[in-house]
Amino acid sequence: MLNIFKKEINHFFSSLIGYIAVGVFLLATGLFLWAFPDTGILEYGYASLESYFYMAPYIFMFLIPAITMRSFSEEYNAGTIEILSTKPITDNQIIGGKFLAALFLVFFALLPTLLYFYSVYQLGAPVGNIDTGATWGSYIGLLFLGGAFVAIGVFSSAITNNQIVAFLLAIFLCFFIYTGFDYISRLNVFYARLDAFVEQLGIDAHYQSIGRGVVDTRDILYFISLILVFLFFTKVVLEKRRW
Amino acid sequence: MSVQIQNITKTYGTQHAVDNISFTVGEGEIVGFLGPNGAGKTTTMKILTGFIPQTKGLAHVCNINVSEQPIESRKKIGYLPEHNPLYLDMYVKEYLSFVGKVHHIKNIKNRISEIIDLTGLQIEQKKKIGQLSKGYRQRVGLASALLHNPEVLILDEPTTGLDPNQLAEIRQLIKNLGQNKTLIFSTHIMQEVEAVCDRVIIIDKGKIVADDKVNALQLKGTKNIYEVEFLHDKENILPKLKNIQGIDTVHQNTHNIYQCQSSYDRDLRAEIFNFAVQNELTLIGLSRKESSLEDVFKKLTQSNPN
Repeated sequence: MLNIFKKEINHFFSSLIGYIAVGVFLLATGLFLWAFPDTGILEYGYASLESYFYMAPYIFMFLIPAITMRSFSEEYNAGTIEILSTKPITDNQIIGGKFLAALFLVFFALLPTLLYFYSVYQLGAPVGNIDTGATWGSYIGLLFLGGAFVAIGVFSSAITNNQIVAFLLAIFLCFFIYTGFDYISRLNVFYARLDAFVEQLGIDAHYQSIGRGVVDTRDILYFISLILVFLFFTKVVLEKRRW
Repeated sequence: MSVQIQNITKTYGTQHAVDNISFTVGEGEIVGFLGPNGAGKTTTMKILTGFIPQTKGLAHVCNINVSEQPIESRKKIGYLPEHNPLYLDMYVKEYLSFVGKVHHIKNIKNRISEIIDLTGLQIEQKKKIGQLSKGYRQRVGLASALLHNPEVLILDEPTTGLDPNQLAEIRQLIKNLGQNKTLIFSTHIMQEVEAVCDRVIIIDKGKIVADDKVNALQLKGTKNIYEVEFLHDKENILPKLKNIQGIDTVHQNTHNIYQCQSSYDRDLRAEIFNFAVQNELTLIGLSRKESSLEDVFKKLTQSNPN
């Protein structure tokens, strides 16, 4: 698994993919947090990273599918999947390596944004007047959300040998699972406690919950199951394709 | 037995890609896998390497069941897939070291430089694979298949698209490798099989139509072919030629060139010359050639048109 992981990481950083992905993420979040008047912290006047944590999932929604769209599609297209699957490594190792490599890139993109946290921490009056717990919670939430998006992206890529299709499908799935359940739960057909249940199926509810600064095991379990479910689907698809 | 295939069937829907084939390959044997396009060569190889599962039957490599212990069996196999897929954005050495690590090879650096020497990649070793010409990419593919020193080598059309010099080099390489490894390779080129293999398996429409030593197969189709050319054409030459003892069939190529086939081992050129003298024909060309594996191949794979 480590070898696949290294191969993917090398690919990200030997081509422009890695740098552009991280760069775009930082640029977009930076602009939203500091420069744009509607969302900018300077206009807003409160020492909070709320607008960053609000925007980041939407940026991830486009960025992560762009990172993961090639992970299997390219291997199918170039035929290199045949090299990988005839080497003494299991499908789980291939999928795991690819998943972790993309997740690492997400982590790598998140890391510099700790600087935002530090800046806002220093800018607060008095210094340090920021909800530290909620911020750390949100970071953890964002990482898990990134993991879920990566799993969805890897799955979409395993379905097709067309990278564009993989990209679009991943965006749709990410969007649907992120906010789709939230909207659906507001339909009139869900009453009693059913609407709350439907809402809990989506990522947003759990992301919000962790973002409040309470890392609840239910939320963690939700994210881990979501990731495992999509990785399992990937494995099924991978086996089916090999026919 | 290094490779053992028992009653393997592979069906796609209702179509049989491979239909109940069985064969074994002993240690150190070089086997040529022949067949027209779509005969099932690649499918058989993919089943052996564990890339696709068979519908029915058993496949063993070095007495390891390919379906039950895929990881163990893959360790024993060096595989060069058809079209030689490679990671084009990797450097040659980077790719080889990736493959080496996947195989958990100890002392990777030494092994890689060894294999680079063996496959003649020295000049190109610092380049990206995407920058290499087809022949060199083929060598990279071969090098990666050989890296972990596998007991069984499976090469799917290793020589397609190479120029004549590269062809000769790769063939020589294959031949050298075959001295201490079990080797199965598929090809369309008959001369290659004649030059390299001990044994040939001819497969057509998913079935094995011949499995024999190369020279035994050549004998099977033994027919001498005489090409006879007269200066002028005359009437009724064809039936008269057929009357010569030993000649089975006569075929008129153009108006004054005839092709005679004979199952006799004896040289019939003297008879043909005498025939020409008796019939007052001016013989301007007469040549004999032995039938090659190519003819055997054609005969075996064209005989059943359905």
